[in-house]
Amino acid sequence: MSNATLKELSAQLAAGTCSSVELTQEFLNKINRLNKDLGCFVTLDAARSLAQAQAADAQRAAGRAGPLTGIPLAHKDIFCARDWLTTCGSRMLENFVAPYDAHVVEQCNRAGMVTLGKTNMDEFAMGSSNETSYFGPVRNPWQRETVPGGSSGGSAVAVAARLAPAATGTDTGGSIRQPAALTGICGLKPTYGLVSRYGMIAFASSLDQAGPMARTAEDLALLLNVMAGHDARDSTSLEHPAEDYLRDLARPLAGLRIGLPREFFASGLAPDVQRAVESAIDEYRKLGATVVDISLPNMGLSVPVYYVLAPAEASSNLSRFDGVRYGHRAAGYSDLSDMYKRTRAEGFGAEVKRRILIGTYVLSHGYYDAYYIRAQKLRRLIAADFAAAFRQCDIIMGPTSPTTAFKLGEKSADPVQMYLSDIYTIAVNLAGLPGMSIPCGFDTGGLPVGLQIIGNYFAEARMLNVAHQYQRVTDWHQRAPEGMA
Amino acid sequence: MALTLDDVRRVAHLARIAVDDAEAEATLAQLTRVFGLIEQMQAVDVAGIEPMAHAQDMVLRLRTDAVTESDQRELFQQIAPEVEAGLYLVPKVIE
Repeated sequence: MSNATLKELSAQLAAGTCSSVELTQEFLNKINRLNKDLGCFVTLDAARSLAQAQAADAQRAAGRAGPLTGIPLAHKDIFCARDWLTTCGSRMLENFVAPYDAHVVEQCNRAGMVTLGKTNMDEFAMGSSNETSYFGPVRNPWQRETVPGGSSGGSAVAVAARLAPAATGTDTGGSIRQPAALTGICGLKPTYGLVSRYGMIAFASSLDQAGPMARTAEDLALLLNVMAGHDARDSTSLEHPAEDYLRDLARPLAGLRIGLPREFFASGLAPDVQRAVESAIDEYRKLGATVVDISLPNMGLSVPVYYVLAPAEASSNLSRFDGVRYGHRAAGYSDLSDMYKRTRAEGFGAEVKRRILIGTYVLSHGYYDAYYIRAQKLRRLIAADFAAAFRQCDIIMGPTSPTTAFKLGEKSADPVQMYLSDIYTIAVNLAGLPGMSIPCGFDTGGLPVGLQIIGNYFAEARMLNVAHQYQRVTDWHQRAPEGMA
Repeated sequence: MALTLDDVRRVAHLARIAVDDAEAEATLAQLTRVFGLIEQMQAVDVAGIEPMAHAQDMVLRLRTDAVTESDQRELFQQIAPEVEAGLYLVPKVIE
């Protein structure tokens, strides 16, 4: 059962061939067996999960089941879940029990889904390898000495190793798409504002966006139907009419115009990744799509722009962690200022401190215009590049990540090398566009490659259609790491 | 522009993060690398471009002026490091 998709599990539960309690127990057993090795879950609470499963079975018995009622999923530990530890991968929140549910968690609960546990992540979602977590790294099930990507590395591995049929993630600069690519699963970052940020611990508020992670495009659509929706408690939540993201899955791709940005295929792209992505494009040609050469001339600026804007917003957001209202407080201090300084020095890890310092610097007196305002101006140029590109094509495709999974420790000493692993994903966040990653092959060492699909604003249904049609004629998404299926 | 150790100490103070001398040195080396990347921004002419704060250029909504929150002080203070009589305690600031 643990190898089944959400759609298959939904059918099994509806047919009564298994109960939510049985299903939940099976996943919990598998987690118990494999999590020690993989490190993808940081908090488990079997009694609470099983109680939720029991309630879901009762709901079904009463004839009130929806499509996902009784199906277990994992939540990234950035989402507040009432009475669950919510650590955000940080010592700062090591003992933080959330007093309320994030909107995303609320929506999943309302749909009758069962929380299997909270997944490991880079501290405060700042990282691309899951190595900045206070609770230790997550291992990639395809090769244990490689990273799973980040920051949603725990969620990606939970899905890839079949320890959960789906998971929630968040993506500020690639944190859903890059780990999805590196672990051979599917992940979607929706249009900025489509999913509420309420109760999602803030990193960079103008970029943060939650989305689904699963094994098929169809499952992403099922979960996005639950996660999306206007929420007045998030001031940036869009008042966009509810959509059924499954509605276009069957649409044929004849006439689809795929834009290939030449900047995505320039130097720095690993040959194996390029080969797999080009084969996927060939498959799309066979499905009736045409390919258009496009350019995103300012894309090279996206990494520097991001490393001004995201740390600036983070330095402001993370100022709330002061040791007064919740979270860690240093044991010894001389006065109030010393209490703040020691609390934050102890509570935050090296990468988080680094980004707070960058952000504080670029916002400080005399530097604001040269860095922050300039970055915001360049952000507009980057968004305008996409607007121009979408006049020539319906969908943009390219690699999700320049390489497949790299080795644990390989990039952790050099922040700039790590930052560059998000070179193809960051521009999408800056523009606020939807982007996704689906598996499209393997490198010669057997590590998965991700194909990135970028759509125009609110094109999620079309992107899912494009991904689903590919998955009807290929089986990359069905491959599982050895011993995991 | 070259960052100095004094910059690191000044910014760490503004951010209220304690750094010792060894950390300041290591931080300086890494921030210098990161700012090397960031400096690529200076090569582009940005005259006449409006800064973009948000992806959708949306305007903030106003909600009706009505009470939406209930009193949950006890619940929220359960997770505080130190409280007394409904108040958050901090080190003495007024002598």
